[in-house]
Amino acid sequence: MRHHTSPPIIEARGLTKRFGDVQALAGLDLVAEPGQVVAVLGPNGAGKTTFVRSLATLVQPDDGTLRVAGVDAVRHPEQVRRVIGLAGQFAAVEEAMTGRENLHMVARLFGHSRRRAAVNATTVLAQLGLTDAADRLVRTYSGGMRRRLDLGASLVGAPRLLLLDEPTTGLDPRSRNELWEAIRRLVAAGTDVLLTTQYLDEADQLAHRVVIVDKGRVIADGTPGELKSRAGRDVIEVRAHRSSDLPALAGALAAVGVEGPRVHAGTSRVTVPVDGGRTVIAAAVRAVDALGVDVDDIGLRRPTLDEVFLALTGEPIEPIDRDGDDDGASSSAGAAGQSTDADHHHDDHATIAERAEPVGVH
Amino acid sequence: MTTITFDAGRIEPATRSAGLVATAATVAGRSVRKFVRTPQLLVISTITGAMFLLIFRYVFGGAVETGPVPYVAFLVPGYVVTSVLFTGSNVSSGVAEDLEQGFTDRLRSLPVSRTALMAGRVLAETGLLALGLAVTTAIGFVVGFRPEGTAVEALLAFGLCIVFGFALMWMFVLIGLVAGNAQAAQGMSLLVFPLSFVSSAFVPVDTMPGWMQPIAEHQPITVMTNAVRSLALGDPALAGLSGSTAHWVVLSLAWSVAIVALFAPLAVLRYRRS
Repeated sequence: MRHHTSPPIIEARGLTKRFGDVQALAGLDLVAEPGQVVAVLGPNGAGKTTFVRSLATLVQPDDGTLRVAGVDAVRHPEQVRRVIGLAGQFAAVEEAMTGRENLHMVARLFGHSRRRAAVNATTVLAQLGLTDAADRLVRTYSGGMRRRLDLGASLVGAPRLLLLDEPTTGLDPRSRNELWEAIRRLVAAGTDVLLTTQYLDEADQLAHRVVIVDKGRVIADGTPGELKSRAGRDVIEVRAHRSSDLPALAGALAAVGVEGPRVHAGTSRVTVPVDGGRTVIAAAVRAVDALGVDVDDIGLRRPTLDEVFLALTGEPIEPIDRDGDDDGASSSAGAAGQSTDADHHHDDHATIAERAEPVGVH
Repeated sequence: MTTITFDAGRIEPATRSAGLVATAATVAGRSVRKFVRTPQLLVISTITGAMFLLIFRYVFGGAVETGPVPYVAFLVPGYVVTSVLFTGSNVSSGVAEDLEQGFTDRLRSLPVSRTALMAGRVLAETGLLALGLAVTTAIGFVVGFRPEGTAVEALLAFGLCIVFGFALMWMFVLIGLVAGNAQAAQGMSLLVFPLSFVSSAFVPVDTMPGWMQPIAEHQPITVMTNAVRSLALGDPALAGLSGSTAHWVVLSLAWSVAIVALFAPLAVLRYRRS
């Protein structure tokens, strides 16, 4: 139910948008109350960017209603633009200007006086740890600094709702952490944030609420913890020293798992979903130990986006047959109910798994 | 390690929107800074411009029959007019690049008039074009060009080029918006070549094949060249033209108005379209 005093910061109902043959949004519903950080999580092509661009009034939905802070984004886009700040997938800053000049420019366009624009620029530069680099040309900035400046550019107008479209894609881990830190501070200062991401851990780190989007629709919605407990089990992952041991390892781990183990030959790993959290790790270690096989690593970790996604949709993120080195090797373990489909997208899996937060012994 | 503190002050939201003039001036400031701080652009375009002028003047020039006036007097007005096109095609690439890199999205998500954003860009680029044309004209002087008309006529000729540049700038911005990326924009800008060469800019039109002459005679580059040439030579007859200088000036202004009337709304529409 809506409060009459404070409308939802975002209210999307039945949003659709088609680009040629591509149905980017297929009836997306999302209502976000003020004071939340919402992460929209989904694979490439899920409609995340189209949704953000609709909120930023850069895309007009074909159908459905979209309100930002109670204002109809289709009828009154100019009012919505006063409320939002957008930081897109690229660092949209001018390389031939200094960090300060970039922020000053955007602040002026937000309607600030020269003096106020200068003050805001200085404030934001300090907030993002760019004071030392403020008067250097952006072309001398690192990728992480550019992204932070880009974030800053969306802040100088003091927006109520910050829209961040894959804010950390392509950043190294340290820059990613710095950007996360900056976003957390903003949130603490009271800015509402909607961010899109492909990474479960990013959603986990930043958001109170995670909305999983697939094929232009919301397929799951909840706190990060809720989603994981609903949609994905913790995973025990073992890295074999010799890949010839993989079938034996899979056989041994089948006993501790609640579903069949999966073998990832390309990365010499076996994964198995488990229940019971930390207690099963001991059982897994004993099982591997009893086998007498050398392993490089064994650990319990949270499910990756792949795994959550697979559990929710029954299909992997990108059902594309690639020439992955896992193909054909994945069913060799002979454990009951073994799944093979997740191995068709080994590349994504490996990337996301490496980013996943380990929660057990490693 | 970067330390991030949030006590440096509070960011206050703006109480009003940026006005049209402030908006245009702000984005214009960006274009000018970019130009000034990327000196290689200026150097490269000046060198290319000078090189082609020298080639036309000294290599082709001897073979072109231009009646009562030396080829250099015939060439430089046409050359200055066509440099509007070559400068403009760089603007297309710049606009497309902004689109590609999300800079345009940033601007379009701000609470400002999109028409003012475009107008600022077009005005800044026109100003920078004027600078480039002044350099080109100066090189023309170096290779022996002297205007035969009055100083007022010469200034008028230069002003006409800038008006024409302003008009065409809308077309180049539209090309950049439609192209969507810098390479495509460069490809689409190839239309600059037939426009420049199938005209009176470098050679008299009457040496062209019969079917080509009507096109060459009536397209805007020819009209503009004829106007500028009439002013520069002080007499249209010297350029082998019938009609008075005023006739050509009015006609070229009419073309400029028509070009703005066609391309400015299209560019604005395209820019606003989401």
